[in-house]
Amino acid sequence: MAYVPLADQDNEADLHHPHSWVTKYVWSQDHKVIAIQYGGTAILVGIAALMLSLLMRMQLGFPETFDLIDPNAYYQSVTMHGMIMVVYMLTALLLGGFGNYMVPLMIGARDMVFPFLNMLSFWFYLASVLILMASFLVGGGPTGAGWTLYPPQATLAGTPGHDMGILLMLLSLGVFVVAFTMGGLNYVTTILQNRARGMTLMRMPLTVWGIFVATVLGLFAFPALLVSVIMMTFDTLLGTSFFMPAIIESGTALDHNGGSPVLFQHLFWFFGHPEVYIVALPAFGLVSDVLSTHARKNIFGYRMMVWAIIAIGGLSFIVWAHHMYVSGMNPYFGFFFATTTLIIAVPTALKVYNWVLTLWEGDIRLNAPMYFAIGFIFTFIHGGLTGLFLGNVVIDLPLSDTYFVVAHFHMVMGVSPVLVIFASLYHWYPKMSGRMYHEGLAKLHFWITFLGTYAIYLPMHYLGFLGVPRRYYALGQTDFIPESAQDLNAGITVAALIVGSAQILFFINILWSLRNGKKAEGNPWGAASLEWQTPDTPPVHGNWGKELPTVYRWAYDYSVPGAKEDFIPQNMADADVEMESKSN
Amino acid sequence: MGLFKQITDKPWERTGIIGGLRAEGTFSAPPEKVALVFFLVAASIVFSLFGVSYVIRMELPDWIPVSEPSQLWFNTALLVISSFLFQRAKTLISNGKKIVTSTFASGGVFAILFIAAQMVTWQNLQAQGLFMTSNPANSFYYLLTGLHALHILGGLWVWSKSLLRLLSGAAQEDLRLSIELCTVYWHFLLIVWIAVFAVLSNT
Repeated sequence: MAYVPLADQDNEADLHHPHSWVTKYVWSQDHKVIAIQYGGTAILVGIAALMLSLLMRMQLGFPETFDLIDPNAYYQSVTMHGMIMVVYMLTALLLGGFGNYMVPLMIGARDMVFPFLNMLSFWFYLASVLILMASFLVGGGPTGAGWTLYPPQATLAGTPGHDMGILLMLLSLGVFVVAFTMGGLNYVTTILQNRARGMTLMRMPLTVWGIFVATVLGLFAFPALLVSVIMMTFDTLLGTSFFMPAIIESGTALDHNGGSPVLFQHLFWFFGHPEVYIVALPAFGLVSDVLSTHARKNIFGYRMMVWAIIAIGGLSFIVWAHHMYVSGMNPYFGFFFATTTLIIAVPTALKVYNWVLTLWEGDIRLNAPMYFAIGFIFTFIHGGLTGLFLGNVVIDLPLSDTYFVVAHFHMVMGVSPVLVIFASLYHWYPKMSGRMYHEGLAKLHFWITFLGTYAIYLPMHYLGFLGVPRRYYALGQTDFIPESAQDLNAGITVAALIVGSAQILFFINILWSLRNGKKAEGNPWGAASLEWQTPDTPPVHGNWGKELPTVYRWAYDYSVPGAKEDFIPQNMADADVEMESKSN
Repeated sequence: MGLFKQITDKPWERTGIIGGLRAEGTFSAPPEKVALVFFLVAASIVFSLFGVSYVIRMELPDWIPVSEPSQLWFNTALLVISSFLFQRAKTLISNGKKIVTSTFASGGVFAILFIAAQMVTWQNLQAQGLFMTSNPANSFYYLLTGLHALHILGGLWVWSKSLLRLLSGAAQEDLRLSIELCTVYWHFLLIVWIAVFAVLSNT
């Protein structure tokens, strides 16, 4: 191939720089602006979902004192809290937000390969959010079917929002799948085809690996959600019987006949379980980079980390029925799914060991992102261990409908990814905004959040062992639950209110620092990966100025023996590395 | 570097530039093609999950087998011709032949005829009193054929854009990728249709 000078390879000219305010910030095709639009929207709906959980907690903790919600509103809050947090907040924030922001910067690209599609993805996502929110305004309110939307109860009288609420939910999910597909094709193609010169697959930061595999999971798992949504919409609107069995509603026999509700459960969880890893894998990646940077050490076992991400992704497709042990199944299937579920613990534990070994003998800088990242290791181990309990059929059956499960999944896929999100937001805030956040406030935020979540979820495990059922509006009179359970419930509510309101510290911090924070240098943490090497902070449209970066090394050259600095940027050639003066 | 070799590389052992003078993608294909392949995998998962649902639903006691209208064979022929014409257009444009427009255009026209024929089949079924809700086999029939037709409509949207560009005298070189991707997509939809047909015939 003929030699092409770097400057002439530049495709800077191909980018259409936006000129007006509207094309720059509203109809923007710049991945960074889209990322902030995605992330901002996700955080806003996340706040709404947080409020719903606080309403539920006040009802559970002080049923006599507060009379804010009735049983119907309680079920609607449970449903909307769950669905918003899993799909519209975590998935959108981690892939739409961080995926968009990090991928082109970390692999040394100017933008996503299909910027227009990327913009469209955000607007479809926004539409899906608005449709979902509209269900609060229609008669009957949003659906109260539980986030799993199991038929037949989801569409029958007696379930709140069984007419308009559920339809808007299904429509919103359909639109979300379209939005995700457009974004996902972009991330996957960009990562595969648009990496900078020298950026081999194994030189990519783990964040990119996590986002890549999670996106592939999403592209393969969201179809299952789409399929179940379509068939359920047909059952509801057109009167087909895909899922609906012969059933009597308020004394009248409905037209449905012979459908299979369990089929819906299979389809839903064939999406639902990979969804857990769609959220977890980007978080795994992000936390690996935060840990490595602040420990000034290369990530331990990089190749194992990559393969573990891939293995977890693959296994996540053959474990779904562990969500359905209670629905009943052939014992051999139960055995199969319990086995595969427990096998997932192997690559997952491997990742945990590697994070801990990354810290081992590191030159640890206890900055706020590092607090959150280490906090994540704790919460993730706790949530993961209870997962081993629940993966076994015989233990799952008695615990499945209790608070033990609530505690488990909140620890493992609620608190843990959220801690990573905070770690990442603080870690990359200087790059995104050009300002430093307030360190003290961030650490205060960490301690309240971290200790507070333990105060919330640790007692829930005990409630679960006592047999306190989940999904109940009020405990009522039972023989087997001691009265002290109510005291524990009240305590949990107090902790939840404190943790919930403490999140305002985060918003004060980032908003205040936007104007008043110390000006950030381009690379305040001394990080080696490419996104910290941009010529401008925050990076401008096109990211790299005139010339695209060339990559000479992997993303984890920290504390390299002999080098003067304790990190070597990925785009620095060996010849340019300043060595300690030696007397040889 | 092969894909296997790439992901077994030990990145900490080697510094310096790996690869050629320019940035290289993992696959030597344009990004549009890579994205299309991922999309096709996702779409085939949608269709396979419907197929699995069909088989599971079929075993439940209220299932009434419905024999497929024989007109479907005729419809299938239309789609085969459409796919063939797209393949022909692709070959022509790869060889730099000029007479590509009419072949490409008629490929799409046959796809439109296919959709029209499918709608006629729907009407015939409804004339026989077999509606969406009549029995689960019919529900699946309308659902699967409808979803397949929707995918063709999506393809026709891209086809019409490319055709307009061809007619307005855009350089053939610019349209080569577009025509190639349309062809891949059409072959995919033909395979999906044959699979759908086979699933529906299995009553």
